[in-house]
Amino acid sequence: MTVGPGWYMTLAAALFSIGAIGMLVRRNALVMFMCIELMLNAVNLTFVAAGRALGTLDGQVSVFFVLVVAAAEVVVGLAIIVAVFRARATASVDELSELKG
Amino acid sequence: MVELILFVITAVAALAGAVTVVTARNPVHSAMGLFGTLFSLAVIYVVNLAHLVAAVQVIVYAGAVMTLFLFVIMLIGVDKAEDTSEHLPRQRILVGVLGTALGLVVAALVVSGRFVWVPAAVGDVEIPNGTVQAVAEPLFTTWILAFEVTALLLTIAAAGAIALAYFKRGLIREEHE
Repeated sequence: MTVGPGWYMTLAAALFSIGAIGMLVRRNALVMFMCIELMLNAVNLTFVAAGRALGTLDGQVSVFFVLVVAAAEVVVGLAIIVAVFRARATASVDELSELKG
Repeated sequence: MVELILFVITAVAALAGAVTVVTARNPVHSAMGLFGTLFSLAVIYVVNLAHLVAAVQVIVYAGAVMTLFLFVIMLIGVDKAEDTSEHLPRQRILVGVLGTALGLVVAALVVSGRFVWVPAAVGDVEIPNGTVQAVAEPLFTTWILAFEVTALLLTIAAAGAIALAYFKRGLIREEHE
């Protein structure tokens, strides 16, 4: 029994689903961020698996760009969370509603 | 056969880590779950001959990003239990429906055995060996513009993070007045 790219795709789909559900149910901004990381990693897995199936390295090159964007996003996002925490002493997104309408 | 065993072990570890991220009440436990998932994925990358990607995954994700996460968790306090009261009553039901739908799609794919998800793939192609040299060549020739743009993005992100951390609320207000 050989492990085809579809197996990795299925694992990636499952990881993405868990990340998406976590994004919707959790209210701690930090945990929501971790769920975003989970989804980005699921996408990276599909890039590597598809690149392998097609016999090209472009999938792995794409992973690098996703990684850089994820790193930049984490830096800015965590800075925002810390800034919000200093102003409001909470990391729960439900209590932060100043930005609405 | 080795790949199958490795896949089962790493897939179970990755899924367990992912579930921990979502279910753990303590953010530190969530971070540890994510750590496990990232490591399992690094093993999967090695199995797929994506050596450089695996190394970068461990160094950048499991190393730098997770350290940053843990730093911020410790900074804003880990002892606060999450408030479990619900402010949006219908949200949980909606998530339940969406989650069931997503789970059913994945389960249906597994059961039906339709694993041909890369239509253009033809039979047995040679698995590309993702060494540093092999990955660097397209990165610095075909995708050089995208590479430079990511450099710009990182610079902007660093400047933005410093600006957010450095300027106090009052200081920004004074500058605007």
